Amino acid sequence: MPADLRARLGHVELPSPVLTAAGCAGTGRELAQFIDVARIGAVVTKSIMIEPQAGRPTPRTAETPSGMLSSIGLQGPGIDAFLQRDLPWLLSRGARTVVSIAGGSASEYAELAARLSDAAGVTAIELNLSWPNAGARGQDFASQPDAAARVVEAARGSARYDIPVFAKLSADVTDIVTIARSCVAAGADGLSMINTLPGMVIDTQTMRPAVAGVMGGMSGPAIRPVAVRCIWLAREALPDVPIIGIGGVRTGRDALELIMAGASLVGVGTAIFNDPSACMRIQHELEEEVAWLGAERLADVTGRAHQAGGYPPPLRRRPALSPPSASGRWTGLLGPRTLMRDAIGAMVHYSRGRLWLSARTPGDRCISAARRDAPAITNERCRRRGGATANSAPMSERVI
Amino acid sequence: MTTSRTSRDGEQGVAPVQVRGPVLTVRRIDAYHALTMVAPAIASRFRPGQFVTVAVGGPESSMLLRRAFAIHDVRPDHGGTVEFVFDAAEPGTRWLANRRSRDMLDAVGPLGRPFPVPRESASCLLVGVGEGSTVLFPLADRLRERRCQVDFLLGARSAEHVFGALRARRTARSATITTGDGSLGTRGVVTDMLSQVIHEARTDVIYASAPLSVLRDVTALAGRYDIPVQACVPEAMGCGTGVCMTCVLPVVGSDGITRIVRSCVDGPVFRGDMVRWDDVGSIPFDALGAPGWKPPRTAADPPNGRATPPSASIRPSPPGQSSPPARSSHSGRPPESAPSAQLQKPQQSQQSHESQQAQITFRPSQPPQSDQARPSRPFREPGHAG
Repeated sequence: MPADLRARLGHVELPSPVLTAAGCAGTGRELAQFIDVARIGAVVTKSIMIEPQAGRPTPRTAETPSGMLSSIGLQGPGIDAFLQRDLPWLLSRGARTVVSIAGGSASEYAELAARLSDAAGVTAIELNLSWPNAGARGQDFASQPDAAARVVEAARGSARYDIPVFAKLSADVTDIVTIARSCVAAGADGLSMINTLPGMVIDTQTMRPAVAGVMGGMSGPAIRPVAVRCIWLAREALPDVPIIGIGGVRTGRDALELIMAGASLVGVGTAIFNDPSACMRIQHELEEEVAWLGAERLADVTGRAHQAGGYPPPLRRRPALSPPSASGRWTGLLGPRTLMRDAIGAMVHYSRGRLWLSARTPGDRCISAARRDAPAITNERCRRRGGATANSAPMSERVI
Repeated sequence: MTTSRTSRDGEQGVAPVQVRGPVLTVRRIDAYHALTMVAPAIASRFRPGQFVTVAVGGPESSMLLRRAFAIHDVRPDHGGTVEFVFDAAEPGTRWLANRRSRDMLDAVGPLGRPFPVPRESASCLLVGVGEGSTVLFPLADRLRERRCQVDFLLGARSAEHVFGALRARRTARSATITTGDGSLGTRGVVTDMLSQVIHEARTDVIYASAPLSVLRDVTALAGRYDIPVQACVPEAMGCGTGVCMTCVLPVVGSDGITRIVRSCVDGPVFRGDMVRWDDVGSIPFDALGAPGWKPPRTAADPPNGRATPPSASIRPSPPGQSSPPARSSHSGRPPESAPSAQLQKPQQSQQSHESQQAQITFRPSQPPQSDQARPSRPFREPGHAG
């Protein structure tokens, strides 16, 4: 791996910071057809309620520019069926599971948290405080600091001590920092932000709202700047609280943007609808983005956009190879998806005992490849030889 | 969500795959476009009735929802190609219509539950309206392999919207065509001709792919003749893989409980008499998880709250008993037996058999099984996947 992507969810260590976003991974089974759910950071479930939920009438979704409007209504099996069927399955697959829960009152959250505490395979609990398109509209807990605090307190009080409890916040509030502070004061181990933004689409042909629930939640890359702002604000106010950044992540670059704003973990939501293997792809791209910056660990770039005393210089300067000299020989390493002749810039660097080639493609993706049989040379030697080291020996295999 | 999908979990070679494949051709067929792409992994897994979803607009597209298309044709050339037909009516499908040869497409498939096919020879009527007809042609090929008689009943609003009239006429035993404006075949809608075709063709089973209102009418009419209907529903989909919960509709289970199921994983092919056609688009108050819904006390209890009289033509059984009338008398019924003879079927005689069957009948989540792997499976009813 070009960079160390291990991340922490409370006290739990995850192999990757890439999670699914609540409601975007089904039960996990649907995604398991396309990716190995044990290889991503964790699977965040659809919000579970006590009773089974049928959800809202159809139509439920509408496409919007770079996003979608959804009004699903938390359709789900209820806690009994979830504990009986879905959670054991996730556990059997080796997936780490963050269970998102939703309820109509603080006591419901407490009951759900207590029942989850007795079950095996719960890595963390996420409190969906702001289900904007479900039943009691306008009464969501995330819009009032004291209501949010009551729910967090109740859930934290009944959840087992070693299960981290995250509060998922809505960006549709006047001051998200106040809500975040009250959640943390009430015992939340971390924050998830942001939930969908309320929105509405009207079908001009039928002259009625495009979704049966009239209003819905906006998600997708269109809301990413909102998420970046909220995460940045929360990190600025509460620098020690871990944040799961969610909102419009579609590529590794997007994930890195949220991480630089202060998120230590990243949830992938609507992108999964577009590309069922998005989590794995984003994980690879994030590795390469981090390697491109010259960072060895994800923690080196987390929150880098916060620098009160001025921004430091970029992490490391590396000797850059001109694309023609790097092309051809590395092509076999980089796989069919990326052609080196299209690379905008390429550089060879030495990291963690390997020689790496990193390049940036026209689509603004980062790619990198490693030589396993590279001689143990230092960066200085690599620079002195002008990158010739990278091209002189045959490449044994692609290590991505 | 609410139906168990245990057997699908094992990834028994029927799991869909995500592929990037080149476009081979895009051509116009009457009012529609047909796109052929190279996707050997999808082609080899395909069974009639399944669909593909395609990402539109390229990797930086602002159109995030995948477009779902029924697979119209699968060919072995280039290792395996997949063809689907669409109406270039919105920006996403217009983008697809503008693809050129060798452009790359991201496709996921084959998705969904395929049409069950009878093991023994039967007289099959394939009803298609507009774009929905496309899914019926690979099914017709499969049925003919099984030595089934195939009759087509195709309809659309005008001649150029009728898909595959020529192919249907060339390959099927009979092909009846209706158009709304009378520009091809009979003037009217498919349900006008349905009774006549059923009588003439001595239909044993109906496969239908049409708008919801037509599927409802076809199911109601077929219910009068006691003919099972396999309906391929055209619900709008967001992801096609079952995560987005967009394409849901109320379907009755063998336990009599209505569930809101996803047509992408539990369908798109449903037994017509299982779908609550009149409630599609809403959440019936007696559906599992509807506001105020309470679970039945025991399994033996009738599900409470079933106060709405089910429309009699669709489900003739009283609400208390398990809803799908188990038409076991259809099993292996030779095509000679007149369908109308079944009209006055006594319900009582079926009771005991039905309760035994209840556990095995409605398994919408059952994976499409390879017919070769299970040669002994009797033609019980096309809806019985197990």
